[in-house]
Amino acid sequence: MTTATIALENKLSSGVRMPSSKVWRAYWTEAKYETIRACRAPAFGIPFFCMPIVFYVLFGIFLAGSMSHGDPRIVPTMFVTWATFGVMGPGMFGFGMFVATEREQGLLRLKRALPMPTASYVLAKMLMTMVFTLIIMITLIVAAVFIGHARLTVGQYLLVTVINVLGSLAFCALGLFVGTRASAKSAPAFVNLAYVPMMHLGGLFYPLPKSIQPLEFISPAFYLNKLGLWVAGGQSMDALLGNGPSSHATPALCIAVLVILTLFLGTLATRRLKRLG
Amino acid sequence: MNHECLAELAGVSKRFGKTVALDGLDLQIRPGELFALLGQNGAGKTTAISLLLGLEKPDAGTAFLFGLSPLEVEARRKIGVMMQEAALVPELNVREQVELVASYYPDPMTPATAMQLTHTESLADRPYGKLSGGQKRQVQFALAICGRPKLLFLDEPTVGLDIQSRELMWFTLRKLVSEGASIVLTTHYLEEAEALADRVAVLAKGRVIAAGTVNEMRALVVKKQISCSSSLSVDEIRTWREVQSARRDHKGLQITAGNVEAVVRRLLDEDEDLQDLEIHRAGLAQIFTELTQESVQ
Repeated sequence: MTTATIALENKLSSGVRMPSSKVWRAYWTEAKYETIRACRAPAFGIPFFCMPIVFYVLFGIFLAGSMSHGDPRIVPTMFVTWATFGVMGPGMFGFGMFVATEREQGLLRLKRALPMPTASYVLAKMLMTMVFTLIIMITLIVAAVFIGHARLTVGQYLLVTVINVLGSLAFCALGLFVGTRASAKSAPAFVNLAYVPMMHLGGLFYPLPKSIQPLEFISPAFYLNKLGLWVAGGQSMDALLGNGPSSHATPALCIAVLVILTLFLGTLATRRLKRLG
Repeated sequence: MNHECLAELAGVSKRFGKTVALDGLDLQIRPGELFALLGQNGAGKTTAISLLLGLEKPDAGTAFLFGLSPLEVEARRKIGVMMQEAALVPELNVREQVELVASYYPDPMTPATAMQLTHTESLADRPYGKLSGGQKRQVQFALAICGRPKLLFLDEPTVGLDIQSRELMWFTLRKLVSEGASIVLTTHYLEEAEALADRVAVLAKGRVIAAGTVNEMRALVVKKQISCSSSLSVDEIRTWREVQSARRDHKGLQITAGNVEAVVRRLLDEDEDLQDLEIHRAGLAQIFTELTQESVQ
């Protein structure tokens, strides 16, 4: 039998304070293992790492390159567009599916009963998403430089990366909103129900008909893509394919919309998580 | 608030819609005791524990954990929890699971120590999702104790365990109590409560209908059980004044009586061939059945 001993405190009517270094360590450990588990989850890690780079090289570099007749605007546009597509997935699916499953299977309830630092659960998933987004951006930049021969400056690459890593938080908030309401079985369907229309209405891959062009404004992907195009010197699909002027949104408006959306949905969802688990 | 208690529910009521889950419940967990909370399904056990863990808020009354609200993380740093239904992350291995939960506590055990105490060292590198049901319960037990809790909440801890694993867990629980920890146990295995508990409370319809040591509970139900092989008619025995119930099963004649000595005397007088006579005190299972039936009636 074991010889391990367990030391116990004697004070009855008091709680236990924890040094802030240990609280930070708890946050770090949660984030580390959230990222590790996401990488190991077969339905999550590989698809979200592989899809953006494969699609970008096939469609954004080879196919678009062969159809662009040397138009220099195509290269930065394709890079930004596929980067936007790439960073939407991890946040939406990571939060939507994982939170719904963990809620339904009692893990979240257990964590609420344990002395887990209050914000640790959500922050760990946000950090995991940002790590995924960063890796996706690095793979896309490598492909853009060495296969697509894109001529963006280092500063442009860095700024697009920062924008997308931070912008992925808006999709985290959307995923969290779904994950706190949907069941584990229905969460992927609800996430797809938001993800696919958002991608198409955002005008990422083709210009929307004039009659429904205002719908671009309801897609967060539209604002993130606009910001990236503005930094990289790309053009929207409307402008690129001669469909007339694109929907106008200044960088300040894009940032404001993404920040407000993130805070609004994130607050609603975290309140619900605290209240109901 | 009672300052001698680690955890307390004081006059707590809780409703879910029209269903009354707890009805003015008072419950106190004292230092160094293993307290078993018993009751039929729907009696309010899980709700009572949820209130002590801060997972639910009472409609009336107050829940205290180490003198604080259970919502305070400082209070929860002194507890360990093992829930009946909590699927851990399947992709992380056992050592990683323990390390993660240990990080929530100020002075936790090392993962190796927690795994040693719960006999899960051999599972350390295996993903949680690939473990059997019993192994998962052992790992959940490791998570419950890894923070050196002063108070441990265990909800049906031995469900799915084989006999050897169950006895190893009992051994560790006794060791924890001997070192000063308190344990709140809910279980459907009454022999588990009988074997481990210092104090038992039986819940019915959201109220405590009986509480005390197992021996004190026995005193509440004064019946004893007589078992024997006899050719006497069961119907006739049922008419005897001291007999409360009688039946015949594969083990022979089973008689429950208050004044057991009088019944034994009469049995021996009326059946000279009577054999295999045994007298049992009421077990916790019988007490539980008796008390909860009375409560329902």
